[in-house]
Amino acid sequence: MKKIVALFLTVCLVLSLSTMLSGCGYEYKELNLKGNYDVPHLKGTTLNFYNWGEYMSDGSEGSMNVVKEFEKLTGIKVNNSYFDSNETMYAQIKGEGVAYDLIIPSDYMIERLKNEDLLQPLDYSKITNYDLIDSKYKDLFFDPENKFSVPYNVGMVGLIYNSTMVDERPDSWNIMWDKKYEGNILTFNNPRDAFSLAQIVLGQDLNTKTKEDWDATANKLIEQKPLIQSYVMDEVFNKMEMGEAAIAPYYAGDFLTMKENNPDLEFVYPKEGVNIFVDSMCIPKNAQNVEAANLFINFLLEPDVALSNAEYICYASPNTSVINNENYSLKDEKILYPDEEDMPITQYFHDMDSQTRAYYDELWQKVKLH
Amino acid sequence: MKTLSRLYIALILIFLYAPLAVMVIFSFNASNSTSLFAGFSLRWYAELFESEATLSALKNTFILAVLSSVIATVLGTVAAVGILGYKRKWTKSAVMSATNIPMMNPDIVTGVSMMLLFVFIGKFLSLKTSLGFTTVLIAHITFNLPYVILSVMPKLRQMDFHLPEAAADLGCTPFKAFFKVVLPNISSGIVTGFIMAFTLSLDDFVISYFTTGPDFQTLPILIYTMTKKRVTPDMYALSSLIFLSVLVLLILFNVSQSKSNKRSHKN
Amino acid sequence: MKKASIGNPFISSPYVVWSAIFIIVPLLMVAYYSFTDANGNFTFSNIAALANYKEIFLTSIGYAAVATLISLLIAYPLAYFMTKTKLSTQGTLMMLVMLPMWMNFLIRTYSWITILANTGLINTFLGKLGIGPLQLINTPAAVILGMIYNYLPYMILPIYSVMSKLDNSLLEAAGDLGSNALSKLSRVILPLSMPGVISGITMVFVPSVSTFYISQKLGGGKNMLIGDVIEMQFQSSYNYNLGAALSLVLMVLILICVAVMNRFADDDGGVII
Repeated sequence: MKKIVALFLTVCLVLSLSTMLSGCGYEYKELNLKGNYDVPHLKGTTLNFYNWGEYMSDGSEGSMNVVKEFEKLTGIKVNNSYFDSNETMYAQIKGEGVAYDLIIPSDYMIERLKNEDLLQPLDYSKITNYDLIDSKYKDLFFDPENKFSVPYNVGMVGLIYNSTMVDERPDSWNIMWDKKYEGNILTFNNPRDAFSLAQIVLGQDLNTKTKEDWDATANKLIEQKPLIQSYVMDEVFNKMEMGEAAIAPYYAGDFLTMKENNPDLEFVYPKEGVNIFVDSMCIPKNAQNVEAANLFINFLLEPDVALSNAEYICYASPNTSVINNENYSLKDEKILYPDEEDMPITQYFHDMDSQTRAYYDELWQKVKLH
Repeated sequence: MKTLSRLYIALILIFLYAPLAVMVIFSFNASNSTSLFAGFSLRWYAELFESEATLSALKNTFILAVLSSVIATVLGTVAAVGILGYKRKWTKSAVMSATNIPMMNPDIVTGVSMMLLFVFIGKFLSLKTSLGFTTVLIAHITFNLPYVILSVMPKLRQMDFHLPEAAADLGCTPFKAFFKVVLPNISSGIVTGFIMAFTLSLDDFVISYFTTGPDFQTLPILIYTMTKKRVTPDMYALSSLIFLSVLVLLILFNVSQSKSNKRSHKN
Repeated sequence: MKKASIGNPFISSPYVVWSAIFIIVPLLMVAYYSFTDANGNFTFSNIAALANYKEIFLTSIGYAAVATLISLLIAYPLAYFMTKTKLSTQGTLMMLVMLPMWMNFLIRTYSWITILANTGLINTFLGKLGIGPLQLINTPAAVILGMIYNYLPYMILPIYSVMSKLDNSLLEAAGDLGSNALSKLSRVILPLSMPGVISGITMVFVPSVSTFYISQKLGGGKNMLIGDVIEMQFQSSYNYNLGAALSLVLMVLILICVAVMNRFADDDGGVII
């Protein structure tokens, strides 16, 4: 018995030692901040932040822990929660069971939340860094007056493939229907993204409202189902890095993260075109700590913070201080910032009327249950 | 026959422990993969102890388990004593059927039904947020209660009913008689119920998943979010530590029990 | 006045109130949502829509039934063999069977991915022998395996606890009366261990039929079960009404199953926990 206790104590000791060691190695870099974060009255309050997974520099591998820096700076405690699709996020916001202070939905979802009166206007007196946003990403269709949203990242969907498993460099989404890769294809586990690939292959508008179009895409996905290994969202990281699957459509920035762990992975924007998206920061109507949320938006726009995030997440940044920064390592990454002549054909998602939405939701379940 | 049966038992144990062995081995992985072993390292344990999210989830899980099991034990024990005194058979069977529901019902239905109630109340009171610590605590107490009642009930039935009466005759107030006479007689049932409630609460994912909010994340909820993102071995490190502590606890428990058994044999 | 300190029905009232609010009312809420639409108007459309989910109910019941049956086939001999070991060994074995249950079930399930994946441990090993890779993960078999793995101890426990209480003299008597090993098993052990078997079946079947995590992780989103569909309604499709209707049916189905099972278990306590 004594032996076991001794063993346990030793393990604890070793653990605490190693923690101390890594603690010593932590380099605290003084942040250069433009905004004012002197908010003693917010000290001790909490901010419920609802974000995509893997979507903020978190301190791993020597990166900046953005949330921790903000907490240290302001004394506000940040609760992180994560979602893996716009639809999941929407269900939580709409369900009204929980209140989040800050969310990062994509364009079409912002349009929907706005139309359903679930967002509140931002307080630009707090968001003094807004002028750093590239004018390209202001006044967009989902928020023409920039009242409700500040862009966080922009990106496009592309095709990721494992060059040891795919012989030729693919140039078309049709490879997702190629029987040769049966059981080696991953696809999106959310209706809008999954349908969009079939829509592009069928030459449809991504925002079609005709039932026949949706029926055709659903059939196309049912046809694809036997070839699919699994429906994934962020599970795609592990699967592609491990070499579990040959082909996966996913967001361009995430490919760069995956490639760091598996150099065999390659990326292409298929010729038929791709979905382009803007993920923006918004404050829900029922937010409880609105001032802290506005402050955090401003903090995320800070050149130092935005740069750390851009380096860590690997998505294209809408922040001019990042794009024009000499030290930004992804500055010339053509996947994120393609030259004009290489720019793929792109389409945005728009929000749909509730009937169309209900219709494609039903079709999506049909596909999943088939 | 004997070797064959031993072999069979060994095989099943291997089946039960293989995934746990995988988990422990990969928690020491030097790389961030959960499938390729790249050498021994303690880095995931170190990262674990630095992660505030993990530590606060650990704390929350324990707070929730302790509070919910203590409240359920008190409420459940008192209820069991009362239920035993029901004169009408149908009231007794009605209350017992209601008690059985959370045990029989699949977790997902219990979770969903409570969520609907909480959200409804929240909207009714026009609260900004309805799901959080309070709701998940209520949910845990609710699903813990039947286990407490059903462990206390048999002990109460076995008890000699004349004892509290005798105590009352000797001048005890009913309240005092309960603590002096009834409680010691049913304590083993109470302890069993409490331990059951505590472990159920500690391990619950599904019901918490539907009834908690962003302010109050428990360990199972955190693990769920972790497996939805890109998975790194820190999750395995966390589980290995939990496994180790459970193992130590169980061994301590068994040792102390066998000691007290020996002592009672001597007496 | 006689039973002043024990069995005063009045003291159970806090609990009665509690269970009315937090057990009965939530179930009424489920029923309410099942029969209303998003705007709160009365409708049968959710119930009518259930027809589309007949197959998924059947699939889920099928998967859970197979998992339960296999668990029973594994657990029964195991429990029997365990009772034949020394008493101290029995205690250790019991602890070993229960220990994995103390681990978080999400992680227990997740670590099967490491074992079963195309690039996982089994396929790597087979690859070295020049076989494979076999498609193990993202299959119905993987989902069923996950159910068996997670819930097998729930089958072993009650069967073992009933068997360990079997009176040995009964078996001896049967032997004296000329029973051979086989008829001892079918005439004495089997009938007497039935209560354990039945509670084992309930305790494996109910969580299996309603799971969503196992099918999500080991089924790759291709092998959906009714639990996944319910979870989807609440957590991503935002269709509480359909979700409630599905939950209602699932609940009724299971309560019927449990009630039928309890009829077989011939004792007043019902299911042994």
